[in-house]
Amino acid sequence: MVWRDYQKEIADDHFFYVRSCIRQSFFPGSEQFFLHLMREVLGKDVYENPSHTTCTGIGYHSDVVPFSTIQTVVARHYALMKEAGYKNIAISCVTSFGIYTEILETWKHFPEELEKTREYLYKATGREFDVPENVVHTSDLVYKFRDQIASAAKFRLVNKLTGEPLRVVEHIGCHYAKIFPKYGIGGAEFPHVLSGMIESWGGEVVDYPERRHCCGFGFRQYLVQANRGYSLSNTVKKFTSMKPYKPDLVLTNCPGCTMFMDKWQYTIREMDGSTFGADGESIPVLTYEELAALVMGYNPWDIGLQIHMVQSEPLLRKMGIEFDPRDKYLTKDGRQMPIPKDLINS
Amino acid sequence: MDKFGFTLSKARVIDYEANDRTIVDYIIEREPSLKLCIECGCCTATCTTGNFTDFSLREIHILLKRGENEQVRQKIKKCMLCGKCILVCPRGVNTRNVVSLARQAFRNTEGYEF
Repeated sequence: MVWRDYQKEIADDHFFYVRSCIRQSFFPGSEQFFLHLMREVLGKDVYENPSHTTCTGIGYHSDVVPFSTIQTVVARHYALMKEAGYKNIAISCVTSFGIYTEILETWKHFPEELEKTREYLYKATGREFDVPENVVHTSDLVYKFRDQIASAAKFRLVNKLTGEPLRVVEHIGCHYAKIFPKYGIGGAEFPHVLSGMIESWGGEVVDYPERRHCCGFGFRQYLVQANRGYSLSNTVKKFTSMKPYKPDLVLTNCPGCTMFMDKWQYTIREMDGSTFGADGESIPVLTYEELAALVMGYNPWDIGLQIHMVQSEPLLRKMGIEFDPRDKYLTKDGRQMPIPKDLINS
Repeated sequence: MDKFGFTLSKARVIDYEANDRTIVDYIIEREPSLKLCIECGCCTATCTTGNFTDFSLREIHILLKRGENEQVRQKIKKCMLCGKCILVCPRGVNTRNVVSLARQAFRNTEGYEF
């Protein structure tokens, strides 16, 4: 009974898709694979309007975008959704997800804000909007279809050499369910969105003391260069806590978490030589779509794993995925791209 | 700092697992009354050294128990071993012996000379 209260309703089809600001740049394979999975593999209707914009979450959390402005920007996205005839919204960024849920809850508790936003949007653009019926994060959708992915799996999260399940750290973005728990699977206390995927795909979820600690992302901490030590310290605290459990992989559902947990490992290594994986290696940090693609047997270089700061070769070897290192930096038409030097884990 | 424009800020949490408790273990083995200390601060209130400097025997006891030895090693030099603190301690802790043993422990384990 209690666990049922922690579930959320996830629509089955027909989604209006909104993009992240940074995801496409740092992990381009994630979005590509998500859309491929939903449209081609699962046959779902996912619509994206090219004129949708940033949610302005970065500006909002940096105090340069007022709340009334961000409400109007989000209302415009709802208007585009209404114009296209959709009622379910799929949000690919956890920061945006937090923004959308915060605004929906605001409108619920302060209806005058909703009316004000309707007026602002109409005066500015002549558009009208409806509140969406179903709000999901894209990781909710991969969670919903995790067993279908598992049934199509070519590789499992199992160490091919030892036969043991891979130890996977799941890291859920803070804005996914810590602010408004009812919008997340398992709420803030028992978030199951990533651990459900790991379990379905054969891995073992690592429980460690700082499991729910922030990744170190946090707009106020990193936007000003001199403050980035705070961000980095958070990441060090988290990685130090997980290190004794020897994780093979970190799985995240937030673009910011993926970026920071990936790139800060390089920074920490450069600063004091610390690494957190086994045998002096760093720990690969993947998004849930990248992991789903690996499980389903897609070529790791087609899903962009080479773009990560921490390279994934140790993980690929453990999973028994065959790859050709010569293909790693080839373009789709076979031209050689420049090969980065001193790659981590490569 | 030169390379990135920022540095790693050291956490201020007390990491009991990482801290070295060999000094306090050495003292308690020889002066078990340290375990009776309730950190009331009577020793600090009566301390002549503490009256003129920032030396605090109460703080020393806390730091020792936490295993924050680096700070203890620096602060403990100031004690004159007069023993007034023993007279006022409501729990009967032989505070002077704690200081002596701490110095002895640092000398024995780290070769530190006071």
